[in-house]
Amino acid sequence: MLRIGVFVCHCGTNIAGTVDVKAVAETLGKEPAVVFSTDYPYMCSEAGQNIIKDAIKEYQLEGVVVCSCSPRMHEATFRKAVAAAGLNPYMLEVANIREQCSWIHKDMAEGTAKAIVLGRTAVAKVQLNAPLTAGESPVVKRALVIGGGIAGIQTALDIAEAGYPVDIVEKEPTIGGKMTQIDKTFPTLDCSSCILTPKMVECAQNENITIYSYSEVEAVTGFVGNFSVKIRRKARFVDEDKCTGCGACTEKCPVKNAPDAYNLGLSNRHAAYIPFAQAIPNVAVLDKERCIKLTKGKCGLCSTVCSAGAIDYEQQDSFVEEKYGAIVAATGYNPINIDGYDEFAYSQSKDVVTSLEFERILKADGPTEGHLARLSDGKQPKTIVFVQCVGSRESGSAHGCGKEYCSKICCMYTAKHAMLCREKYPDTDVYVFYIDVRTPGKNYDEFYRRAVEQYGVHYIKGMVGKVAPQADGTLDVQASDLISNEQLHVKADMVVLAAAIEPDKSARPLATMLTASMDTNDFFTEAHAKLRPVESPTAGVFLSGVCQGPKDIPETVAQAGAAASKVIGLLAKDKLSCNPCVAHSNEMKCNGCSSCANVCPYGAITYEDKDFSRRKDGTMMRRVASVNEAVCQGCGACTVACPSGAMDLKGFATSQIMAEVDAICK
Amino acid sequence: MQVNQEFRPKIVAFCCNWCSYAGADLAGTNRSNYPADVKIIRVPCSCRVNPLFILRAFQRGADGVIMCGCHPGDCHYTTGNYYARRRMTMLFSMLDYLGIEKERTRVEWVSAAEGAKFAATMNEFTATIKGLGENKRLEDLRCKTQ
Repeated sequence: MLRIGVFVCHCGTNIAGTVDVKAVAETLGKEPAVVFSTDYPYMCSEAGQNIIKDAIKEYQLEGVVVCSCSPRMHEATFRKAVAAAGLNPYMLEVANIREQCSWIHKDMAEGTAKAIVLGRTAVAKVQLNAPLTAGESPVVKRALVIGGGIAGIQTALDIAEAGYPVDIVEKEPTIGGKMTQIDKTFPTLDCSSCILTPKMVECAQNENITIYSYSEVEAVTGFVGNFSVKIRRKARFVDEDKCTGCGACTEKCPVKNAPDAYNLGLSNRHAAYIPFAQAIPNVAVLDKERCIKLTKGKCGLCSTVCSAGAIDYEQQDSFVEEKYGAIVAATGYNPINIDGYDEFAYSQSKDVVTSLEFERILKADGPTEGHLARLSDGKQPKTIVFVQCVGSRESGSAHGCGKEYCSKICCMYTAKHAMLCREKYPDTDVYVFYIDVRTPGKNYDEFYRRAVEQYGVHYIKGMVGKVAPQADGTLDVQASDLISNEQLHVKADMVVLAAAIEPDKSARPLATMLTASMDTNDFFTEAHAKLRPVESPTAGVFLSGVCQGPKDIPETVAQAGAAASKVIGLLAKDKLSCNPCVAHSNEMKCNGCSSCANVCPYGAITYEDKDFSRRKDGTMMRRVASVNEAVCQGCGACTVACPSGAMDLKGFATSQIMAEVDAICK
Repeated sequence: MQVNQEFRPKIVAFCCNWCSYAGADLAGTNRSNYPADVKIIRVPCSCRVNPLFILRAFQRGADGVIMCGCHPGDCHYTTGNYYARRRMTMLFSMLDYLGIEKERTRVEWVSAAEGAKFAATMNEFTATIKGLGENKRLEDLRCKTQ
């Protein structure tokens, strides 16, 4: 029987408030194997750790149980403390008496009784722990950034700046993302393109950065430090190396009615196109759905005018396979589809637009060349109504597409839009209907106040109930003013809807490939909401930008840099210590049936013929399983599949789990 | 002697490290209450749960056993929860054969973000077990004398 020490943490009053920690320490001290038991206000503090270290030496402890917060929080801390006292770090078990006990129970007697059972269970388990040694695996010094918007661009630039090669995979034909479509940025009103395009150019010119545009991640295998990624390079029917971006193909292309995604379908483009003037790479693409040559086999005009000979109608999707040490998800967002919001007449009137569409209208390279104009008749609107929270902060599913969360950016960009309208066209009446105006952030509230006080924007607290298109081309906006408690009618020429934002649709399949977890809204989950906000719980996978949660450009850039610094920290290591909790096979029990290898998701199990005879004549050859510890990730699927009980998992052995079951049921 | 003492079931919950255990932690962080009768055993993945562990729990006097894992498609090890689901389906039909009420075991998918779901599931499961009463069918009385 191992000599066990038990250390019960008060966690201030977090545990001690609902668990009688002294009674827990005392009761566990009476367990047969326990030779030392104590309690302390903060076990994770240096003084607390010293108590553990000193007790290990003084009482020659062979196993340690800490009753404290979740092992997801401080298991690593206590392992280090145990190791510092000369004990194997895996001779430690943590009983979770905070998250899974004191915080959920209100009754002291009940909480104490449960804490004792949890502590006893950990004592029973640690009794069967074995010293484990972590192996090492090399780190591939290359990073992958998935998504080439401002988040991905900033992350890639920062990693490249530190001297590591980094690849950007972008599904669109150009990098740049949503920020390319935006006119001005709050709260400084500087031009979005002017601050973004230098960064895009820097990406193209930095020798550490490779851009795979018009590409998607197809498959991911491996683990932290050693991911293998297969990238699909979609056929653009233009040789990227030959194309000079002269635009001759676009000019001659006879197809002129393809909806222009850059303008959100508000204008048309050719089938041969470059997304916008500052595209990186500045290379044309043929729209395979609309190109006459690709759909009907006729035309071919573009190849005759291309002096570089870059057009290639036979081009197929190609694949790149590369190894990476770290992967950053920067997949961004989209406004939600608001077709379900019939009351706002979005699908009935061209003059009801989303905020991103309004952004295109304001921008010089947009459908109206930057002139504030109605899309129906090209006239300048005299009254504009902005509607906030369209699909944001919506409980229940009245429209089937609403989001419970706040999209965070809408209050500020609406203030910006309102301000820009009043600045350029002072005779315009601007109304903003809002639930709350939320403007935390440096210089943000001042910005909003300027919209109200200096620019005379009419902010009305209230909800818009209906937008009714009238025969004279105006829109009757029916709303309630919650402060005066009146029903209002505003005769508007244009209505702008601040649609909620949601994670890009590509995020969900990517999360599955990366085995990274997501929340119920399909935002990536961070490893710790407060302390590890740019890391995914999956080691080696990092998060940048809105794919983790709604945020504006400054926050995105800050988070992108944080993700990059985490990646750099990882790539700076030559070797990583592996998880030692891996499977191993008892050769004496194994009969070589292959059940384990069949369920192993990593192909970590191989078979070898071994001689089990005591003499050296090789007469007792048997086929037995052997686990590659560097490849095994320790899921334990093989342990259950094994019919002869030969396969077991270190750290989560069958005997250990059985002991836990017994201790709980006692 | 006290009579009519409230029946407090023994419930074992197997939770995978990546989703459900984190979900249980989140339930704690959010102070979402659920009965103290539920005790959690951490496993790396739901596929580590051998059906024998569940039989062992019943044998040792557990009144209910619940297994929680990542949602299908979200397994940290890609396919672990699919194996677990198949194994549990097999076990359920066997428990049926043994005469154990199938409501005493359950598989639930709880993600790391679903603290509220974890607490709600445990409340509901405990209520179900309380309704069923003590597990007498599989309990090995020899285990009691230990």
